[in-house]
Amino acid sequence: MESEIIKIRDFSAGYGQNFVLKNINLSFEKNKVTAIMGPSGCGKSTLIRCINRMHELNLDAIHKGDILFNGKSVFETNPILLRKKIGMVFQRPNPFPTMSIYDNVIAGYRLNGIKLSKKEFDLIVEDSLKKAFLWEEVKDNLHKKGTFLSGGQQQRLCIARAMAVNPDVLLLDEPTSALDPKATAMIEELIVELKKTVTIILVTHNRTQAARVSDFTVFLYLGELIEYGSTETIFTTPKNPKTEEYLIGKFG
Amino acid sequence: MLRDRFFKFGLKLAGGLIALLIFSIFVSLVIASIPSIKEFGLSFVFGKEWNPVEEHFSALPFIIGTLLTSVLALAISLPFSLAIAFFSGEFSKKGLISSLIAYATDLLAGIPSVIYGFWGLFFLVPLIRKLELSFNIPPYGVGIFTASLVLSIMIIPYASSMARDVIALVPSDLKEAGFALGSTRLEVIKKVIFPYSVSGIFAGLLLAFGRAIGETMAVTMVIGNANRIPHSLFEPANTLASVIANEFTEATSDIHLSSLIYLGLILFIITFFINYIGNMIIERMSVNGRS
Amino acid sequence: MGEVKLRILKDRIFTFIIYLLTFLSVIPLFAILFSLVKKGLGVINLNFFITLPKPPPDAGGILNALVGTFLLVLIASIVSIPIGIVAGLFLVETRNRFANMLRVLINVLQGLPSIVIGIIAYLWVVKPMGGFSALSGGIALGIMMLPMVVKSTEETIKLIPYTLREASYALGADYFTTIFKVVLPAGISGILNGILLGIARIAGETAPLLFTAFGNPYLNFNPAKPVDSLPLLIFNYAMSPYERWQNAAWGASFVLIAFVLLINIGVKLGGRRWRVKL
Ligand SMILES: Nc1ncnc2c1ncn2[C@@H]1O[C@H](COP(=O)(O)OP(=O)(O)O)[C@@H](O)[C@H]1O
Ligand SMILES: [Mg+2]
Repeated sequence: MESEIIKIRDFSAGYGQNFVLKNINLSFEKNKVTAIMGPSGCGKSTLIRCINRMHELNLDAIHKGDILFNGKSVFETNPILLRKKIGMVFQRPNPFPTMSIYDNVIAGYRLNGIKLSKKEFDLIVEDSLKKAFLWEEVKDNLHKKGTFLSGGQQQRLCIARAMAVNPDVLLLDEPTSALDPKATAMIEELIVELKKTVTIILVTHNRTQAARVSDFTVFLYLGELIEYGSTETIFTTPKNPKTEEYLIGKFG
Repeated sequence: MLRDRFFKFGLKLAGGLIALLIFSIFVSLVIASIPSIKEFGLSFVFGKEWNPVEEHFSALPFIIGTLLTSVLALAISLPFSLAIAFFSGEFSKKGLISSLIAYATDLLAGIPSVIYGFWGLFFLVPLIRKLELSFNIPPYGVGIFTASLVLSIMIIPYASSMARDVIALVPSDLKEAGFALGSTRLEVIKKVIFPYSVSGIFAGLLLAFGRAIGETMAVTMVIGNANRIPHSLFEPANTLASVIANEFTEATSDIHLSSLIYLGLILFIITFFINYIGNMIIERMSVNGRS
Repeated sequence: MGEVKLRILKDRIFTFIIYLLTFLSVIPLFAILFSLVKKGLGVINLNFFITLPKPPPDAGGILNALVGTFLLVLIASIVSIPIGIVAGLFLVETRNRFANMLRVLINVLQGLPSIVIGIIAYLWVVKPMGGFSALSGGIALGIMMLPMVVKSTEETIKLIPYTLREASYALGADYFTTIFKVVLPAGISGILNGILLGIARIAGETAPLLFTAFGNPYLNFNPAKPVDSLPLLIFNYAMSPYERWQNAAWGASFVLIAFVLLINIGVKLGGRRWRVKL
């Protein structure tokens, strides 16, 4: 059981009166990539945003049930501490436009008022950018604004920013859907590399991406968990006809 | 987080303070008007005489002066403002000329009103005086007409910018539908663009009207400052704003000061409602536009 | 056939009228700028800026008004900028009836005649303090500037993509930090532009100063004492019977309009240059 870093228990969530997610039970394995798939609007984003409690930022957000992170309910953890342990990368690259590349990487420290020496920050910046496969491209321009980078580079910068605070889990919400194929390939390689250090939960509705990079796949449909298993099993011998339909593209 | 709670409370506080500010402006005006309200009551609004020497005060001359100058100003500026609005909202949306026009109207709005008054005093007044001489009317030079003329220039940016925005926002497929039926541009403007944008144009004109009503310095400098009901457009007069500007520092008695503030209260109420209605129309439009 | 020709003719005439009226409308602008340059430029030299007014028939300089305007603008900024920005944030963050009402009220406040604001500053500051003062004038101008600060803050911050905040929250930053370190910096140039345009606007206001700042031919830095301001000086000199004073008023008008234009142009150019690329 030690290997399951996040456990979702009888969990439902939604907006206003509506439950968008219905009674989800699911666990995520440590240091693996789990892909969450499903047609758009099925609740993928809602689900991962519940894990780091970003969902609550919606004024009309509702939820019931529980999510455990390292055995402790996330709803009993201070969201600020929780989010430092569970990083997130979004669909559109969103580097902070007023900050340099350097400052973007250490934004997690700066925004939380954590002061380290210049040397320590230098190390963190270099290390995180290397982890994000971005170091070689930007090492001479660390003090330029991050918004001048290409879309793919920006997204890797956002990954570096998330990695800089040493999270245990990284939530990626369709991180490549705004990128071109080349930039996408780079991010996919990066994901495979990153799972050595973090647990990755990747929302995607790109079937081949899920097949390429994930160890486990979750299939959601209309807010319900339809099927969960190793990616290989799901893509070769799905148990549920809906999964099969989706994977061969009937309602993608 | 405690800090976040304080901060969110601070946001509400700032919003509340501004609402309170506007409310207190009204209340303060009412309180300071009380001596005059007690003395003259509602007859203040309809009485014809403003006589500081005999301490008899009433507002009608200034209400008439205000309405005359601002209605006339609006009428004069209307064709020009609409022309600008159609020019930059429909005829020439992009390009050098339209951005020059946009820039020019921005500048017109940016010129301080004291400079309008000064320029009016030294250029328009002699001009009008000549005109009056040639028509055999007393050549005051200053007066309602001169004030309206200056005002009409001043409100062009206000009247035209809102109209331009709503005209530019008319969906092009609607216009194209009109052209596809063989309509000329004039017909498209009359049948498609105008009906679509009329409420926005109206709101803009209303706000410009409100500006004209409250404008002080330019009017004060060219209206001639006479405290009686004008019988012709070429006579000196006073508006609510200009009489306050003229007499406030010279008011020696409490009742004089209080009556001037009473005029200010009337001005506040008129402009409050004009601006309120104008802005409600705009707010309504943008809500409809969004959905 | 004839009917079509008539329609086309009408259309042509209409188009001609639109162009004609549009070009006629900009004539007053050039007339005003022309007379300011013609009458104002000649008066201006270094002495004009660094000396005080002299009794008639001499006119002297406008140093008192420059200092006064600076003092008034400074006080107005202190009064309006902090609360204006916070209230602008409130409008962005709040979606309820009170916020909608406040938005309308702020527009109404902006449309209130400046002379009424002058009366208010008189009642609230001059009367309790027992005399005219820079403070009362600055407060009057601050009330006038307030809606501009609120609106430019709201409009700027509204355009900052929500994903930026999400990025900040996802790093564990709280709301306060997110607003001050991420959202406001991203919108700072827009807010600054609004503030500058607000300053350009209030620097030219006369009516609210007539019975607050009042005017003062001497140099004064004390906020509790009356000060002069450029527009106030223009008004007083323009209405005076002395030719040199009137000339000085042209000079002062030129200085004032140059200030307003420079801010406007600066905002137009700088707005493009310094805008945060989102
Ligand atoms: N802020 C919100 N308020 C109300 N409903 C929302 C909100 N965000 C998403 N939804 C609804 O919740 C459902 C799931 O959305 P989401 O989790 O974003 O789906 P996915 O990421 O799988 O495309 C959708 O039907 C969407 O309309
Ligand atoms: Mg989604």
